[in-house]
Amino acid sequence: MSSTFDTVANIIAETCDIPREKITPESHAIDDLGIDSLDFLDIAFAIDKAFGIKLPLEQWTQEVNEGKATTEEYFVLNNLCARIDELVAAKGA
Amino acid sequence: MRLEYFQLIDRIVGLDRDARTIRTEATVPNESTIFEGHFPGHPLMPGVLLIESMAQTSGWLLIALNGFARMPFLAAVKEAKLRRFVTPGERLTLDAQLAHDGSGYAVTKVKVSANGKPICDSELTLRVMPFPHPDLKVHMVSMADRLGFPMEARTDG
Repeated sequence: MSSTFDTVANIIAETCDIPREKITPESHAIDDLGIDSLDFLDIAFAIDKAFGIKLPLEQWTQEVNEGKATTEEYFVLNNLCARIDELVAAKGA
Repeated sequence: MRLEYFQLIDRIVGLDRDARTIRTEATVPNESTIFEGHFPGHPLMPGVLLIESMAQTSGWLLIALNGFARMPFLAAVKEAKLRRFVTPGERLTLDAQLAHDGSGYAVTKVKVSANGKPICDSELTLRVMPFPHPDLKVHMVSMADRLGFPMEARTDG
């Protein structure tokens, strides 16, 4: 988990010009870090490349819009990193 | 090209769905009201329209890859380089390659050249979503006919 978080935090810091020390596992990408949907596409692109996965952004957005999930489930960084780890594990299974 | 109608591609001349590449061609018109302002006595193809031509080429590639199921919309332009002036009458070749197929977005790398020499290039991000209105899909199918879109690329797969 920690290495996943470090990678993701570095991606966010570099992509969005956010000081690395402001990015914590408890940070909400949207509410705390102010990342908008366009910047999140850049982040998703970098995460997809770094981990060899495809973040299911459309599915997540649909679930949030339909009230089936909260943004915290996908966009608080420790939750995001857990999703990434699941996708990486599923890829290797 | 019909600049006033934002039709910046004349024809699709190559499509390779396995390699995820497309080639299009376009000829800059000799006459356009755009040249009256851009610029008097020195008509130039506007750089923003060259970027749009790269976006449209990328868009046709993505439509070919998704079989007209979804519509791409330009979202971001990175590292666009306009290497020289483009003047009326020039024939352009545009090559796009899919760099990444994300969830609800795609990234392409595109180059424009003339006579084998580079004119401009960029990395583009496009949002890819269901057609927001059925009329738009009808329009795109009609445009595909006009551009010589390959029949075999009209269904997903």
